[in-house]
Amino acid sequence: MANAAPPTAQTDERIKEISSFRKALIRPELGGIVGTIAVFTFFLLFAFDSGMFNSRGVLNWSVVSAQFMIIAVGACLLMIAGEFDLSVGSMIGFAGMMIAIFSVTLGWPVWMAILVTFAMSVSIGALNGWIVVRTGLPSFIVTLAFLFILRGFTIFLPQVIERKTIIGGVKDAAEGDWLAPIFGGKILQGLFTWLGEAGLIATFERGTRAGQPVVDGVPMLIVWAIVLIVFGHVLLTKTKFGNWIFASGGDAEAARNSGVPVNRVKVLMFMFTAFCATVFAVCQVMEFGSAGADRGLLKEFEAIIAVVIGGALLTGGYGSVLGAALGALIFGVVQQGLFFAGVESSLFRVFLGVILLGAVILNTYIRRIITGER
Amino acid sequence: MNPEHAPIIQMKNIEKHFGSVIALAGVSLEVFPGECHCLLGDNGAGKSTFIKTMSGVHQPTHGEIFFEGEPMSFADPRDAIAAGIATVHQHLAMIPLMSVSRNFFMGNEPVKKIGPFSFFDHENANRVTMEEMRKMGINLRGPDQAVGTLSGGERQTVAIARAVHFGAKVLILDEPTSALGVRQTANVLATIDKVRKQGIAVVFITHNVRHALAVGDRFTVLNRGQTLGTAQRGQITPDELQDMMAGGQELVALEGSLGGTV
Ligand SMILES: Nc1ncnc2c1ncn2[C@@H]1O[C@H](COP(=O)(O)OP(=O)(O)OP(=O)(O)O)[C@@H](O)[C@H]1O
Ligand SMILES: [Mg+2]
Repeated sequence: MANAAPPTAQTDERIKEISSFRKALIRPELGGIVGTIAVFTFFLLFAFDSGMFNSRGVLNWSVVSAQFMIIAVGACLLMIAGEFDLSVGSMIGFAGMMIAIFSVTLGWPVWMAILVTFAMSVSIGALNGWIVVRTGLPSFIVTLAFLFILRGFTIFLPQVIERKTIIGGVKDAAEGDWLAPIFGGKILQGLFTWLGEAGLIATFERGTRAGQPVVDGVPMLIVWAIVLIVFGHVLLTKTKFGNWIFASGGDAEAARNSGVPVNRVKVLMFMFTAFCATVFAVCQVMEFGSAGADRGLLKEFEAIIAVVIGGALLTGGYGSVLGAALGALIFGVVQQGLFFAGVESSLFRVFLGVILLGAVILNTYIRRIITGER
Repeated sequence: MNPEHAPIIQMKNIEKHFGSVIALAGVSLEVFPGECHCLLGDNGAGKSTFIKTMSGVHQPTHGEIFFEGEPMSFADPRDAIAAGIATVHQHLAMIPLMSVSRNFFMGNEPVKKIGPFSFFDHENANRVTMEEMRKMGINLRGPDQAVGTLSGGERQTVAIARAVHFGAKVLILDEPTSALGVRQTANVLATIDKVRKQGIAVVFITHNVRHALAVGDRFTVLNRGQTLGTAQRGQITPDELQDMMAGGQELVALEGSLGGTV
């Protein structure tokens, strides 16, 4: 029966004030916020003296977290749009390898190698999406196929071309390039030099770099992470397209009947995921100066785990970019924190499994509250 | 209905096949601006399939659609909505996880520009949603309440309010009152009457003869994918209409045992 409240009533006596606790719970970021606080409290208490919280330690887990964040933003928007991309890890390996082949083997200028690689990756993302929306197959299967296809090429190409699985020399090739520093450079170096001189952060005591700060700037990787998070968050919550993302993942049929271009939304999200994976790949290649055939292994699952810890539903239609970013932060801090604390690294996987399970259970519970099912 | 007006939408010999199933076997229909055209018929007669070809969800297997006199083929619902055709589907196009106002404006989001960027105008969307829902006799807890927490009838009301808000030229309602209470039903019928008087064409599907007679100008009965004919208001008695909707005979036998209460 429909609501029978008198039309004059402005506040409805049939609605209990929902407790602020439950209201707070109906936020996708809740798990991420609680987890972040818990993780930092834990490591501040038990690993404060391990070097994890001096400038070098902070940089260490920030960089690792930022890596997770970059791929988590793409995976998050795609998951909210109702799809998965299992080819993210292979895409990272593939994109990195293409940059090395273009710039080192073929001798192209690095900026051109980067741009062509972006174009290729985003096209492959579009192909993934196109196959999914055309065939109606689960994206799980389609992108699983690309996981193997791309990884296969990533191993095959350098072996045929260079007879090895790692191509180095990208650093030299990138010398003086205008685009490479956007991915491999650092910013705020002046600030860090000043902080070092002011004695606020550690400086080298010996050697050729004596007096210079140990951490001499913020890597562009971190800048990319922040830019992508802000972009993803604004896109999702503040724009018309964001509404389409939620709608496409919530119920594609209903969204289509309401005039949402569901297929376009999904294909674009596959392209964005590929874009994020390529940002990761370029930053990594610029940092290491080389591309390896095994780069990016298992990254797709790490991205999905970060997104789920961040409160997104695996079934689509619900989630938060900020939550996913916090999920990635938890991920990075715990992985590096256990290392600093001297804990056997295999235990990290145990932690992952446990926290993943916990997050999924919490999310299901939150979903029941929102949709009012019991 | 104004005979001097041209029909806003004209469906000619529409056929729709789903594999070997022939859901529509040549249905023709005209809808004029300002009329309420009731589409009646048994379960499975093809009513929903027919209006889905009108709203761009299905493309007809054969047949032509003319919109404002021009041949038209809607590739998807977005085209139809852009042309001013809004639909309340029998299975409501609502997303339980999204808020009422996000659902209300799904596919038609209001935007405000800040510099070169345009953003979803949440304030505007929330205000309009609350207003339109109040007009329909439903008090929402808030525009950010998830649709999943609404009752079936409340959801239906959101869908109707949305269609009325966006149906600039044609409003299609597929059994909109099936889950509604007395007051909300009266509201919906009054709304149909109101928009019709504003010159909007209404296509109204219902199984309830009284609802149809209350607002309908013309009545088309579908049976097994074909039209049994179109009748004008006043040319047909409720009993005749009811018999036609049931496909003729069966109801007569039923009526005896139920004492004419159906
Ligand atoms: N997508 C589809 N695939 C196959 N058959 C379909 C499809 N949609 C409808 N049909 C068939 O077409 C016929 C007409 O269905 P439709 O939904 O149009 O009936 P209806 O008149 O709206 O009935 P009701 O009053 O129960 O809503 C039915 O026999 C149905 O099985
Ligand atoms: Mg129907």
